[in-house]
Formats: sequence, structure tokens, C-alpha cells
Amino acid sequence: MSIAIRVEDLSKMYQLGQIGTGTISLDLERWFVTRVLRKPDPFLKLAEANHRAVKGDSNVVWSLKDVSFEIERGETVGIIGKNGAGKSTLLKLLSRVTSPTKGTIKQKGRVASLLEVGTGFHPELSGRENIYLNGSILGMRKKEIDRKLDEIIDFSGVERYIDTPVKRFSSGMYVRLAFAVAAHLESEILIVDEVLAVGDAEFQKKCLGKMEEIGKRDGRTILFVSHNMGAILELCKRGLLIETGQIVKDSDVATCVASFMERDKHRQPSERTDKNGLLDLGRISINNEDSYQIDNSSPFEVTVHVAANDIANATLFFIVENAFGQSVVHKRVSSAEIGHSVIDGDLTLQVKVPTLWISPGIYTMYFKAIAPAGSWSGRAFSERVSVEVSGQAEASGKAFMNPSVTWSMRSDEVKVPAKALVI
Amino acid sequence: MKTIAENENWDLVIKGHGPLFDLKISEVWSYRDLLLMFVKRDFVSFYKQTVFGPLWFFIQPLFTTIIFTFVFGNLAGLSTDGLPQPLFYMAGITAWNYFADCITKTSTVFKDNSQIFGKVYFPRLILPLSIVTSNLVRFGVQMLLFIGMMAYYALAGGSFQITWAVSLFPFLVLLMAGLGLGLGLMITALTTKYRDLSFLVTFGVQLLMYMTTVIYPLSAAPERYKQLIQLNPMTGIIEAFRVAFLGQGYLSATSLGYSSAITLVILFAGILIFNKTERNFVDTV
Repeated sequence: MSIAIRVEDLSKMYQLGQIGTGTISLDLERWFVTRVLRKPDPFLKLAEANHRAVKGDSNVVWSLKDVSFEIERGETVGIIGKNGAGKSTLLKLLSRVTSPTKGTIKQKGRVASLLEVGTGFHPELSGRENIYLNGSILGMRKKEIDRKLDEIIDFSGVERYIDTPVKRFSSGMYVRLAFAVAAHLESEILIVDEVLAVGDAEFQKKCLGKMEEIGKRDGRTILFVSHNMGAILELCKRGLLIETGQIVKDSDVATCVASFMERDKHRQPSERTDKNGLLDLGRISINNEDSYQIDNSSPFEVTVHVAANDIANATLFFIVENAFGQSVVHKRVSSAEIGHSVIDGDLTLQVKVPTLWISPGIYTMYFKAIAPAGSWSGRAFSERVSVEVSGQAEASGKAFMNPSVTWSMRSDEVKVPAKALVI
Repeated sequence: MKTIAENENWDLVIKGHGPLFDLKISEVWSYRDLLLMFVKRDFVSFYKQTVFGPLWFFIQPLFTTIIFTFVFGNLAGLSTDGLPQPLFYMAGITAWNYFADCITKTSTVFKDNSQIFGKVYFPRLILPLSIVTSNLVRFGVQMLLFIGMMAYYALAGGSFQITWAVSLFPFLVLLMAGLGLGLGLMITALTTKYRDLSFLVTFGVQLLMYMTTVIYPLSAAPERYKQLIQLNPMTGIIEAFRVAFLGQGYLSATSLGYSSAITLVILFAGILIFNKTERNFVDTV
């Protein structure tokens, strides 16, 4: 295996304040905000976001700091991290849009970067003309485009409109055409930023499929940034986790994603529709710990803390959603069925799931409670926890969308045996 | 570092600071298809959805010539070295327009294309070069108008003559392109941080026209300002242009040599400054 990209001590500094902001009006604005209004410096906030990277109080932010790694030819690498972690800066440096402050990048083979779909499209030009224009911008020679023109038009699926100015295209057709051009780049290294966020689900699937084909069949090197962990897991073999400008994890993609989830926790707080606080669903734990991983082949249990004040006839839900927010598992039980016709005090609600058998990926789990009109009428949601499901569902030949789960609820104060109910 | 890179056969080594005198000419050459594509884009998008289409290339110099003939020729009565007034003005306007377009259009190249530059890499010099080239198309069309006018005055018996200096024409065009490009590159590099300069360009170029022998011949300039006007490298070029096509003006090895030397220096400096700014301008624009 030969090395396609070697990055050594790569750093990118962004200078804030007088030197970096440039125009006099911005400098004046900054002076006004800090001196006259005595508010915190708006530019310093950026520095705080990259807290580890602040160099004293000199208004210097390291968007990337001493990053080193090597990528072998044919590897598919997913780069993950929170907003502002430095992912896009890294891609910009790799694709030469801006140059590093320190360090070197060495590349072998032609690099094509796709930081945006449809860069340089001109609205007045026809689809065909834009294929040539966009292709040339991305680094294709005219002969190369001539050769692939039919293939590109075919992939885009907008053949009928190909001689119409693209300003008359629907936004979907526009994006399709743009991606079709990019998908036919013949480069040894392909750098893709979160460009799939646009476009409908069908288009996203098509793009992912094409990228998978490029990576697996043609053996090309792919660097892929996305916030869609499902796509990352599907497409990439290796993961790089970036946090405040540094690589904190460089491993196989599953470990990397899991590590990202651990760090980020991906917990969204609980909520309810009324303000009276008669029923609260709280913290979730999986297998009695802060775990965010579920294996498709093994059973697991999920518990949630419930706090209520004399709520009768509540209905409780356990919901698992996929990355698109669609319910994959949606189980329901009335509180009376599990021995609590009236919920009062602090309790723990538990759901035992034998096996899930769903496609590997990132899912969100939460509980919901609805109480009928009466003393309290409203909905309460527990916190939402993102979990990573691993293990091939296909291998088992099963796919349970409606697993038999076991519900139980016990009071946290009185130690009475919990009554279980299998639904 | 470079020797190691060569030993390992890297195709590309990206570092914070490149060599200062790297003009990246070979890289520009490998992207020549893109240059043509940009030229085509500029040309096609210029007249799409217009009624007169490429005719617009004629209208602007034609009307400017009429106005100049009226104001400077008839009202002010400025000398035209005995040449027919419309011919005299059109020669100056056609040449000056090319130079002025090269400056003003390249001077905003970073700002206008920050969207593309921020998303994909190609040798940045391609865009200013494409601007100069597509202006060349426009200039060519306007030259046709000028030649048509010459034909008209030849038939009508106007007093002018084409001289041997016409053979210098391609060189003169190259000088104008180089000078406009060089100045435009410097300005665009500076405007990435301070936009103020872009306001200066529009009327600065206009003022510079009066410092050049566009509306008056060098021979009519007062003796004490002559030297000052000749300091302007465009003066030598426009005078040579008039000598070539109309047979009147001032052309010497010194004047043209001076213009060429200044053009070379400005072009070289412009490319260096541009290449230096290009590396990081995305962060400040």
C-alpha cells in the first residue's frame, strides 16, 4: 500500500481583531461594542469556542493545531466532529483553497474536491455548457468531458432540459446536474464536504451509492465529512475525530463514531407541553449505564426516570427513530397495565428489548407520556439519546420493526416488586 | 524539505510559504481549457437575453466618439493633428477602452469570485487572464468598427495614412493587456482587505484618461506638461497606435521602450503580489 496523503504538523491560524478583520469599519464597530457598550468582544467569542487553541490573550485562534496523519491509497476516511471543530478548515487546506500557517501536506495523485455542489454554474448558460464549465473548474480537461458527456447527462437524469439555461431548472435538477459532473471526475483522491445535505432522499441515496462505487470498485481514496453518522458508517472504513482543531481519535470508523457519541453525548433535554410540572420524564440510561451502543444480536434494557403528581390513566410510549426522524420502533403501554393506574412520586420505567434487528446506524431513543384530560392534560417527553446500533441485520435474516418488549415500572421510594407486562 | 518530497515522488507538496518568485506558469498552462471556458462564459452571458446581442460592443465606442467629437472637437476645438476628428477620437477610445476594461474588470476579480475561489482550487491567475482574453474579443469587435470607419474616411477623402508601424499592432495590444492586467492584479490583491480601493479605481481610471493622449495629441500638449504626460506608459502606446493606423502621433524607440519596460515591471510585480495574496485571501475577503 502506498501513501496517498501525508499531513505533517498541519496548523491553521486565524487572526482575530485589528489585523485580521481588515476593514476600518469593522475595527470601528469592534471598538464601539467593546469600549462604548462595554460588551464582550464579538470576535473574542470565536476564540473562546476554540478554547484550547487560544494563545494567551493575543486574539489568535488555531483552527487546526499540529495535525498529522497519513492516508493510504484506496482508503475511505470519514472526518467527524462538532461544528467549528476544524473539519472544513482541514478540507480547505487539503484542497488548496487556503494555505496552511504551518506544516505540510503531501499528496500523490490528482485531487478533486467537492466542497460544494455546482461551483461556478452560470445561470444563463445551458445545462450542457455548464457541464463543460463546471467540469473545467473542477479540473477536467475538455477532451475528458467530451468523452464522458453522455454518461454525465445520463446520470443526471435531466436529458430533456440539457439545452435550457440552468436558471430555468428546478433546484433539484440543478443539484442533480451538478453532482453528475462531480461524480465523473477522474481523480485519485476525492474530497467531499457535507454536500449531500441538499437534495432529496433519493438523490442522497444515489450520491452515496456513487461514492461507494468510486471507493470500492475503483479503489480511489475518499475523504468524507458529514454530520450524518449513518452515511459515515456506511461509506467509510476509517474515522478521524476532530475536536478543537486536533485529531482526538484516529481509528476504524465504528470506534470513532462511538467515541464521538460518547464525547458529544448527544442528549437533548426532556420537555413537556405544559408548565405545571405534574408529569416529568427525565434521564434515560441504557443497560443501567451511560452506554450509547447497542448490538443488534443482544437484548438490552432502557430505563427512564419518571416524576409525577397523581396522574391517572397515563399512556407511556417507547420510541426509536432513525436519522430522518421516522419511528422505527413505537411501543405503547397504559400505566394501568403495568400496575400503576395512578402515577405518583418518583418512579423508574423500564423497557426490556430482546433484540432489535434493525439496520446498523445512528438512532434516537426517547420516552413519551400522554395523560388524558382531567387533572393534567399534556405530553411529556424524556430526553432524547442518540445510540449507535451495530451488527448486521441481514445476517440474521430477521428485521423486527415491532419487537416484543417487556414494560415494568417501580416506585423509587417503596421497594415493591415491579409488575412486568410483555407486549 | 523539497528534496525529501522529490525522493518520495509526491505530486504536490502544500506548505505555508511558497517560493516568492514562483509564477506558476506551467500550472496555468495545464488549465488552459478552463481559461477558454471562462472566456466563452463571459462572451455568451454578455448578450444572452439582449435584443441587439453583440451589437452592444459597437454602441458604446460609437456614442462616445460622437460625444467627444462634439464636446472636445467642436465646442473646445482641441487639435487632432489634422486628422478627421471622429477617427482621431475613435482610435484613442478603442485602445483606451481595452486597457481600462482590463484594469477595472481584473481589479474586482477576488471580490467577484470569492464564492468560487472559496470552494475549489485552480490556478487563480486563470480568471484575470480570462478577463483580459475576453476583453480581447470585445476589443477585436471594436477594431472592426474602427477599420470600417477608416474605410469610410478613405473613400470620403479624409487625410490619414496607415504606416509601417501597423506591424507593431500585436505588440501594442500585448502591452495594453499586460499593463492593465498588472495594475488590476495589484489593485485586486489590495482590495481583499481594503475595499476602499475599488471605489478609487472607477474614477481613477477615468482621470487617468485625461492624463493620456486620448482626447488630444501629444503634440498639442503644453511643453511643460509634456514630460509629465509622457511619464504615463499608456501615452506611448496610444501615440504609437495612432501612428500605426492614422499616420500622426509620436513614436520613438525610447517612448515605446519606456512603456514596455514599465509594463514588464508592473506585470511581474502584479503577478507576484497576486500569487502571494491568492494563498490566503479566502480568509480575509
